[in-house]
Amino acid sequence: MKYVDEFRRGDVARGIAKHIAGLVDPAREYRLMEFCGGHTHAIARYGLTGLLPSNIRLIHGPGCPVCVLPIGRIDSAIELVLQHQVILCTYGDTLRVPASNRMSLYKARAEGGDVRVIYSTSDALRIARENPDRQVVFFGIGFETTTPPTAMALKTAKTEGQKNFSVFCNHVLTPPAMQHLLSAGDAVELDGFIGPSHVSTVIGSDPYQAVAKQYRKPVVIAGFEPLDVLQATAMLVEDINHGRDGVSTQFTRAVTPEGNQKARSVVMETMMLRDTFEWRGLGQVPHSALAIHPDYADFDAEQRFALPYRHVPDHKACECGAILRGQKQPSDCKVFGIVCTPDNPLGSCMVSSEGACAAHYHYGRFVKSPTQTSVEEGA
Amino acid sequence: MCLAMPVKITELLPDDMAKVDVDGVTREVSIALIESPAVGDYVILHVGYAIGKLDPAEAAQTLALMEELAASEAEGATP
Ligand code: SF4
Repeated sequence: MKYVDEFRRGDVARGIAKHIAGLVDPAREYRLMEFCGGHTHAIARYGLTGLLPSNIRLIHGPGCPVCVLPIGRIDSAIELVLQHQVILCTYGDTLRVPASNRMSLYKARAEGGDVRVIYSTSDALRIARENPDRQVVFFGIGFETTTPPTAMALKTAKTEGQKNFSVFCNHVLTPPAMQHLLSAGDAVELDGFIGPSHVSTVIGSDPYQAVAKQYRKPVVIAGFEPLDVLQATAMLVEDINHGRDGVSTQFTRAVTPEGNQKARSVVMETMMLRDTFEWRGLGQVPHSALAIHPDYADFDAEQRFALPYRHVPDHKACECGAILRGQKQPSDCKVFGIVCTPDNPLGSCMVSSEGACAAHYHYGRFVKSPTQTSVEEGA
Repeated sequence: MCLAMPVKITELLPDDMAKVDVDGVTREVSIALIESPAVGDYVILHVGYAIGKLDPAEAAQTLALMEELAASEAEGATP
């Protein structure tokens, strides 16, 4: 497949890895956070850690959309389904996220709730048109990549005058989360960031400048293919060796400084910044999420159904919070792979393939050396 | 969930829709979020929407750089 296979070549991967081995200063550590779940998945799937020198540490960040959704928000979605009897349209990954009282959307469906897995927001609108007597709510979650499609659905709903469609908006923003991670009192020590690829396709590379300058860290926006991650790692090692901060882009084939203006303007028209939003693992993060714009208030499920927000603590045994902050690894969790598995997740990091625990479970659990899944195998 | 992939536009359809080729399978997706899409363009497809275009010249340059990097022994490693 074009734009995919070329960026998975094993010989080139080994060559770049060798190049990196020559670049690193053996006397120091390079602690690089890959913010995005897409990178976490690529690193685990292609065994990239095993290709790199041991003093380069790749630390998972909070960029997995279902992982950062707090329990209280899933509880609200379940309330919409069971109490308000709406048709809830959602991306598949949210179904197994554990909520309060051992509930999940999956169980809500088993109890008779009308939960429908959709591929695109246009499916949710179609379901609303086909069911004029029912309330249809789209459970909007995700980062800046999934936000424009939600914004398009809001616009279309308004143009069509849909009376039975609304959005439960939980969209979150990447740069404020990065800022929050670096400013926390117990922040994990980091030397640089592997920046999100598709998020940056939408928002551009400029929004990271402020964080990179303030905390004097290099950020390299990288594609999701294994060679992209390796090249970005080489760029970060050079930046760190030379004490450079600021933002550079490895994923130049799709990222510009200003991003996708058309997508951004639809989002600006239909949504607005929230003062604060709770993230799983990070707690309340100021200005880190979007709510529905007052001009689109008729399509806001939180207002239509007067949904309250309640904070609910995570399961005691679950280390997702510390993992999302980069402080722990899945293997540090006592119940990893024992009580908590992808079929029966205890925490959100075990749910989607971008979650750190699920990625470790699928690609790392039975493997002593992470190099066993070679780059070519995965192609 | 954030996983998105590059696909090729094979036909433009009314209402900001287009046919794309996803690994040999044809799918209809929205191109409402991108500027001046054309047949033959590669776009990043995510949850049914094209969210950005891929630039072939930049891709070729990145690949050339990668090969160069892979072929070169690193110089100037800090002692
Ligand atoms: S293994 Fe399960 S319980 Fe442990 S941190 Fe990961 S998601 Fe939480």
